[in-house]
Amino acid sequence: MSKVLKKTQLSRDVFQLVLEAPEIASERRAGQFVILQADSDYSERIPLTIADADEAAGSITVIFQVVGKSTLKLAQLDAGDVVENVLGPLGMPTHIEKVGTVVCVGGGIGVAPLHPIAQAMKKAGNRVIIIMGARTKELLILEDEMRAIADEFIVCTDDGSYGRKDLVTAPLKEICEKGGVDLAVAIGPAIMMKFCAETTRPFGVKTYASLNTIMVDGTGMCGGCRVTVGGKTKFVCVDGPEFNAHEVDFDNMMLRQRSYKPQEQEANHKCRLQQAVDELQEQK
Amino acid sequence: MSYIPADKLREEAQELINKIDFSALKPKDRLAIPMQEMPAQEPSVRAKNIQEVAIGYFEEQVKLEAERCLQCKNAPCIKGCPVAIDIPGFIKAAAEGDYQKSVNIIKRNSMLPAICGRVCPQETQCMAECTVGKSLKDMEKSVAIGRIERFVADWEREQGRMSLPEIAPATGKKVAIIGSGPAGLTAAADVRKAGHEVVLFEAFHKLGGVMIYGIPEFRLPKVILDKEIDNLLSMGVTIKKNFLVGRTRKLSDLIEKDGFDAAFVGTGAGLPNFMNIEGEGLVGVSSANEFLTRANLMKAYTPDKADTPIFTGKKTAVVGGGNVAMDAARMALRVGAEEVYVIYRRTEKEMPARREEIAHAKEEGITFLFLTNPKRIIGDKDGKVTGIECLKYELGEPDDSGRRKPVEIKGSEFILEMDSVIMALGNSSNPLISQTTPEINVNRWGNILADGDQKTSMERVYAGGDIVLGAATVILAMGEGRKAAESINKLLAE
Repeated sequence: MSKVLKKTQLSRDVFQLVLEAPEIASERRAGQFVILQADSDYSERIPLTIADADEAAGSITVIFQVVGKSTLKLAQLDAGDVVENVLGPLGMPTHIEKVGTVVCVGGGIGVAPLHPIAQAMKKAGNRVIIIMGARTKELLILEDEMRAIADEFIVCTDDGSYGRKDLVTAPLKEICEKGGVDLAVAIGPAIMMKFCAETTRPFGVKTYASLNTIMVDGTGMCGGCRVTVGGKTKFVCVDGPEFNAHEVDFDNMMLRQRSYKPQEQEANHKCRLQQAVDELQEQK
Repeated sequence: MSYIPADKLREEAQELINKIDFSALKPKDRLAIPMQEMPAQEPSVRAKNIQEVAIGYFEEQVKLEAERCLQCKNAPCIKGCPVAIDIPGFIKAAAEGDYQKSVNIIKRNSMLPAICGRVCPQETQCMAECTVGKSLKDMEKSVAIGRIERFVADWEREQGRMSLPEIAPATGKKVAIIGSGPAGLTAAADVRKAGHEVVLFEAFHKLGGVMIYGIPEFRLPKVILDKEIDNLLSMGVTIKKNFLVGRTRKLSDLIEKDGFDAAFVGTGAGLPNFMNIEGEGLVGVSSANEFLTRANLMKAYTPDKADTPIFTGKKTAVVGGGNVAMDAARMALRVGAEEVYVIYRRTEKEMPARREEIAHAKEEGITFLFLTNPKRIIGDKDGKVTGIECLKYELGEPDDSGRRKPVEIKGSEFILEMDSVIMALGNSSNPLISQTTPEINVNRWGNILADGDQKTSMERVYAGGDIVLGAATVILAMGEGRKAAESINKLLAE
């Protein structure tokens, strides 16, 4: 059982929870995730990357977007409430070493899992370039935190409401063209990661992507998270979540992410969900 | 086996009881008592509900079945039992109507009788050695040991007074049990009995391992599982759920830093196998583990309450021939599939599933396609499964397992329309413990190497169950848990 220590609404439907989880806080490393389940009997298990941790305070931070009934349940929790089950840290930690210059590309909610990796890369002595993007200004999260880490910082929005009016791949391409990039890390929607991989491929820049697939147990048991990497079946929960982005079959991954769309839509009409999110907004 | 209504079975048993003089039964008379069939829900009804299929013996049936036992002096059945339960002893007590005595005898060797009575493959263990079966030249007519076990265990639970074993005085020693499946639970109980402090670590939010996520409600009701586990743990075991040893804390840290004097690893068979054929990544293809975990652990069979979705195709194919394949196929019916096919590359004779499960599946209307194996899975433009292309097989020479090897018939491809496919092809070992604990040696399939005392290559660490055996059964896992506990108790007594 984990107590919610703090809840913050980062944007219209993105929430941040700080949870009491001392064991996880002391063991976790950048790139790892947890599985949250609001209550034991009927709630879904949701994998979320650990966006930050405070070992001294014994807490971890997770950030999520309300996309369905289960994430809405989490969004409705307040400080003092409990999340019945928190399992972690899961997955292989990111391999952190000093390689030189690292470009970190985060899209939308993907900035949350990118944050601890950028932090660790910086701490390891790398020059860190951060590109973050979102559809529109109000969907940008953790801008100040990311800016504080970056040696060079670029922000884009699809609609030009803030920063550059561009997709993140445009500045990524420019940086690769300039040369001197040793590693790229891209985290965001599958389609964004796919195109980041295509952008860096011709330059031969090694690129990691952190995958967010469907998962049930998160310990290797169900195989629901399987992806094809370099022609082989890999399990995101135990082999990942990070993989060489140039080898990931993103098209199949995107198909599989939509596996339960019909059921989900039936369970929560988008309007109902939005209404609930709006109510949360009003309470603020 | 064909379905006989429960009422009829009871009536027949009552009539028979009135005719028999139990005070003077000779072996010949005992052999003449017909084996008592297990009463079950009517097939067409149960295929659409989640309640337990087997209802359990009526008291009259227990009496008759227990009186079939010849009470052999050499008790061959005990040799067939991985935990060596005094089988003639508990059956005699059941025949005398002393159910408490009966269950107490079982509990000397097994703390989970209501579970074992339901899910043990008795036909390949105790019943395979039974003199009654041998005398009748039909091993399926051996004394139905598991059904009697189940009856007395259920009886005790329903009386609401489940007994606890005696616990030795505290030793001050602390043991970590990793995994709360059958191996871990048995080891926990046996180590606790010796007076050691026990901490049970479980990655999931519920205890029971494969018994909670894998074996369906309709074969093992979770209230019964929970009761049996609760009873066992009331011996004073500390439970740490949501704790993945290897990730939440390394095994070596438990031993070196956290003060554990020994550990038992019973983490089970992890990673589901796939066929590595075209189309396995399509939407609608899942492993049996995933399908059953969604249905059982996450309770997706109650879509009005559960948040976890499950894929409910109209036409479902299950690939494989083991108990897990039977569970997945029968569960598919219960979550909405209209037609379910089991695709198996050998014949019915070679199927590893229990006969009873195959018979139940057939009664419920599941279609079996033997000597058939998928070649690829076909999808539409949205990546959804629309069919499965199969090849016909024939049996060739015997292979390493002694079973005749299936050989494909060239050019025999045919397509079955399907909208979901469940792969039930067994599991490989979960790499988590070995990845994070290099001190533990594993074989080339990733199974932990343990010696005859269940000891691993790491000091003070023992292992047992599927993580050592590869995918096996609940009772074999219990047997290993028991053996490991004995070794740990011996180590800590030194």
